[in-house]
Amino acid sequence: MDIKVLIDLIKVALENGFAYGVLALGVYITYSILDFPDLSVDGTVPLGATVSAVLILQGMNPWLSCLIAFLAGAAAGCVTGLLHVKLKIRPLLCGILVMTALLSINLVLMMKGTGGMSTAALYNSPTILKVFPVGLIPENVNGYKLRIVVVTLALAVICKLLLDGYLKTKSGLLLRAAGGNEQFVTMLARNPGVSKILGLAIGNGLAAFAGAILTQSKSSADLQMGQGMVVIGLASVIIGTSVFRGVRRMKDTTKVILGAVIYAACLQVALALGLPNSYLKLLQALLFVLALVSTDLLDGGLKKSANAKGGR
Amino acid sequence: MLRCEGLLKRFNVGTPDETMLFDGFDFEAEQGDFVSVIGSNGSGKTTLLNLICGSLPLDGGKITFGGRDITRMSEHKRAAMIGRVFQDPQKGTCANLTILENMALADNKKGLFGLTGAVNKKRIEYYRTLLEECGMGLENRMNTPAGSLSGGQRQALALVIANMTDIELLILDEHTAALDPKSSETVMRLTDKLVSGKKITTLMVTHNLRYALEYGNRLLMMHMGRSVMDLRGPEKKNAKIEDLLKTFNEISIECGN
Repeated sequence: MDIKVLIDLIKVALENGFAYGVLALGVYITYSILDFPDLSVDGTVPLGATVSAVLILQGMNPWLSCLIAFLAGAAAGCVTGLLHVKLKIRPLLCGILVMTALLSINLVLMMKGTGGMSTAALYNSPTILKVFPVGLIPENVNGYKLRIVVVTLALAVICKLLLDGYLKTKSGLLLRAAGGNEQFVTMLARNPGVSKILGLAIGNGLAAFAGAILTQSKSSADLQMGQGMVVIGLASVIIGTSVFRGVRRMKDTTKVILGAVIYAACLQVALALGLPNSYLKLLQALLFVLALVSTDLLDGGLKKSANAKGGR
Repeated sequence: MLRCEGLLKRFNVGTPDETMLFDGFDFEAEQGDFVSVIGSNGSGKTTLLNLICGSLPLDGGKITFGGRDITRMSEHKRAAMIGRVFQDPQKGTCANLTILENMALADNKKGLFGLTGAVNKKRIEYYRTLLEECGMGLENRMNTPAGSLSGGQRQALALVIANMTDIELLILDEHTAALDPKSSETVMRLTDKLVSGKKITTLMVTHNLRYALEYGNRLLMMHMGRSVMDLRGPEKKNAKIEDLLKTFNEISIECGN
């Protein structure tokens, strides 16, 4: 492969990768910390996209629209949590229910906001990539979309630092305990259900925020964008934590963002090799399987070599 | 102090296996009592603890604690007054958090879980002295995840954690059963030290008759949801393992096995 082609791939991977990184942080909270396989992400990413696009079209500041997108996602996450905690519905079903309900909600929001269309175009509207202070960064340098990369990187890093900080607080530590040992939280005289709902709210808030970033960086929102977001998020988390498993000093939050970039790069490689666009979701699923299996293979390989040593 | 009146508890309700475990069970413990509870499997020891802690719903009866009716109080609200150590060493601590983080969480049991830093550096010395009392060298491993400790060490940590805030009732649910003989001795001695130091009312379920006799000021033997032996004070002091075994055997013969 030509070095220029390689650079092109990295460039495109970085354009999407950091926005996926924000999504991966959200999935990290629900999947890794809370041990809750949350499918509602497939609905909350387009929810965030729709909310922010519609609000921008109504004239709202794009940054403020991101905040409201986060809150909308958090509210949806609360619903997933309430279904699980109050009605004792299984985690997978809660996610499916909320994801399905959001299909309608997103459609209604989009139609109301755009006057009957199922997509929103932001080409002539301000987005987080056009307003101050981002407008000061050159949009293109030698044909590379520098601005998108810088902005999404900065947002991913800010989210990561905030999350790192939160996980060190009393509330954050209780969240980690709730994922590891519910009985322990109960014995601390706290309702573990509340921690779960809180975790799902933050996770889905971040997913919706990622949706808002994606839609504003593409200057368009469509309702199909949610398809496969769970897979992207989970694959990023699993790739990141397994590729960098040996790196002790690196925080998990950094690992999952890098995992998202690697995942985006893998998709770009496949597309660059001539894979038709229609096979993209199939490829996403296959890559996910590969990521899952490779973790086991790594484990298996390590175990085998350990056994061999023990046998001698 | 703790009063259970007319407890009713059925299992498998609505199936052919429906059984009535407690049919009007009464029990009370005075302030400062250390009650050892023994009995065969299925006699209702652990169920009694679960009902007192609120882990299982009651089908009837009333539980009061320090004069307050807690029959309908949720498990986590009761936990504010209760410390509990389980048979399974995994339950009492959080495996993915370090010893220090586990203790910091427990230390905050009566506080708010807000957005302030979880670990208060000024308290670390205090945590260290608590760990030193265990005599297991845990004070030098405070940044180790609790999951990498041995069963005995985890159980000792769980015991310390359960006693960190001022609790009014300590529930020990066969907390030495999963440990090797030496760790189980160590944990039992630590239990006695903590309980007698603070004069906490304690209920300890155990299958070890020697522990049941050696520790505590009261001994309760249960069978099929009833109390068949309740020894207090000097009566308990003078009891021998042979006496317990004799009653145990009589119960078994009664059942025909």
